[in-house]
Amino acid sequence: MSLNTPLKNARGLGSAKDGTGHWSMQRLTAVALIPLSLWIAFTVAHMAGQDYEAVLAYFRAPFHISMFVLFVFAAFYHGALGLQVVIEDYVHNEGVKIGVMIVMKLGMALLGTISVVSILRAAFGS
Amino acid sequence: MAEFKLPANSVIKEGKTWPAPAGATRIKKFKIYRYDPDTGENPRWDTYEIDLDKCAPMVLDALLKIKNEIDTTLTFRRSCREGICGSCAMNIGGTNTLACIKAIEDIPGDITISPLPHMEVVKDLIPDLTHFYAQYASIKPWMQTTTPAPQDRERLQSPEDRKKLDGLYECILCASCSTSCPSYWWNGDRYLGPAVLLQAFRWVIDSRDEATGERLDNLQDPFKLYRCHTIMNCTNTCPKGLNPAKAIGQLKRLMVDRL
Repeated sequence: MSLNTPLKNARGLGSAKDGTGHWSMQRLTAVALIPLSLWIAFTVAHMAGQDYEAVLAYFRAPFHISMFVLFVFAAFYHGALGLQVVIEDYVHNEGVKIGVMIVMKLGMALLGTISVVSILRAAFGS
Repeated sequence: MAEFKLPANSVIKEGKTWPAPAGATRIKKFKIYRYDPDTGENPRWDTYEIDLDKCAPMVLDALLKIKNEIDTTLTFRRSCREGICGSCAMNIGGTNTLACIKAIEDIPGDITISPLPHMEVVKDLIPDLTHFYAQYASIKPWMQTTTPAPQDRERLQSPEDRKKLDGLYECILCASCSTSCPSYWWNGDRYLGPAVLLQAFRWVIDSRDEATGERLDNLQDPFKLYRCHTIMNCTNTCPKGLNPAKAIGQLKRLMVDRL
């Protein structure tokens, strides 16, 4: 039984004085993903039917490989921020929430890193 | 996890039907949520058939007719009957609104009436708004100043600055918007909800208030403010035609402006 006053419950632990960074990075990565996604879609369409060597040659150009790496970075960063919000919204068991959050963030970091390393390795050889 | 299914003791059963009197021609069916905590029974839908020729035009008029003439046990809040007190906020035909300013003829077919969604129900159409009011108190909804008021007159505000309160001061705290918001349903313990955030913005934007920074400090929180994902249910449902989503958007902008 809780004998807390309603105001005590409403104030809770107070403000975290945080959240604006998360919010603005989510918007920034979203804005970045507009041109990057268009570029990747255009590139994939353009590559259709070309052989592996031609694709590799294309991606060895500094601008192209930079765009590709930026796309992967922005996509995984944006995805991690979004998944964090989904977990905070719907997972209410504190222990489960922390566990899921750790797995999600480390998982996204791992997948993003694997993607970038794969791109670099394919382009420049092992 | 968020609750998507009603717990067993909250499942709503079919209840009683109160047929229209003989000879009635314009009959409207009102399906009303009934719950009495004293009986320990599940909530139920009671159906009341109302003769519209003998009933005034608003949904609140029908509720009062039911309470006065058909079933005195029906329990709901009401006071001003003109959309300014916010007491009779309830879910009518699937939308949160004020029973006193919602015309019966605006709702086609049978009219379902239930309490504001996802709140503890005290009885029938009465939700427990204790936490909602406490959240309102937590944003300190009064003017905070360090500078003493002028000796000989009120604190002055330019007409332009006064205009910034339009669309905010009209809020009557009926809780229709907050209880239409899924974020408030799932995380209402910490998320302040659209009504309280609109009120918070009303004080943040008031040119006479000197606690703007502290107010923003207290709002900057992943749960208190940033649970809003701008789905606009609040603006859609506001019976006063206000735009809480815009007020929340402006709060988020101020947070970035002061970085």
